[in-house]
Amino acid sequence: MMARLLIGLVAGLIFGFGLALSGMLDPARVRGFLDVTGAWDPSLAFVLAGAVIVSALGQAWARGRATPFFDKQFDWPATRPVTTRLIVGSALFGIGWGLVGLCPGPAIAGLSLGLAPIAIFAAAMIVGMVLFTLLPERAR
Amino acid sequence: MAMQFLASFVGGCLIGLAVTVLLIGNGRIAGISGILGGLVARDRARLWINGSFVVGLLLGPVVYRAVSGAWPAASITTSLPLLIVGGLLVGFGTRLGSGCTSGHGVVGLARLSPRSIAAVVTFMAAAVVTVFLMRVAGLS
Repeated sequence: MMARLLIGLVAGLIFGFGLALSGMLDPARVRGFLDVTGAWDPSLAFVLAGAVIVSALGQAWARGRATPFFDKQFDWPATRPVTTRLIVGSALFGIGWGLVGLCPGPAIAGLSLGLAPIAIFAAAMIVGMVLFTLLPERAR
Repeated sequence: MAMQFLASFVGGCLIGLAVTVLLIGNGRIAGISGILGGLVARDRARLWINGSFVVGLLLGPVVYRAVSGAWPAASITTSLPLLIVGGLLVGFGTRLGSGCTSGHGVVGLARLSPRSIAAVVTFMAAAVVTVFLMRVAGLS
């Protein structure tokens, strides 16, 4: 249990440090990437490229193992079809992301900067997640 | 400018490393919205594992400040109503769509998951259109 907690803590810390270094804690830079008709900022593409390359290598490593180091099994997502729910949810997320320039990772890591707008956004985001849990079981 | 892109790429690689650490150590997919959703839904079995990741995520920018001597930049000019609407949409949408920029983007794209590719295309398109419409309407 201690090893798993430490892994969680270290993974979260590297993630948060990476977000800070990448500039993606700055909603203006994120919106600069999304603003294709304005002064386009390609930074987010560099972040995603680096993250996907290393993530692909890591997943290849994991695929070669029967179990993770500190737990019984890998939680690979089940293969499921593309559903309306997936598309509608992603579209709603995209609208919110475009409005503010924050997605869940930077919204939480950004709390450490002590800025009121980020705290307000993160609180509303948690409320949105609570509202989801109130949906009838069938719709989730 | 080139240095900024390099920092973005290296930061992205660290995010990929963080995802790898969580996967190879604990067998878990580092989807931030999934981890937060688990905490919100009071998933007791994963309370401490999810919690330790979130604590690490909060510490990331603090360690960045200790190393670099300055907090990462974050400028956010969004009005209060849009902050709240954006947060609600991001929280609810990522849960309905089963993932965000980390789960679908960093992990899903790396494994070429058709669902994740559909999700990323959808939320990127929705965000680009939202930013464009805000520009047309004179909102920031």
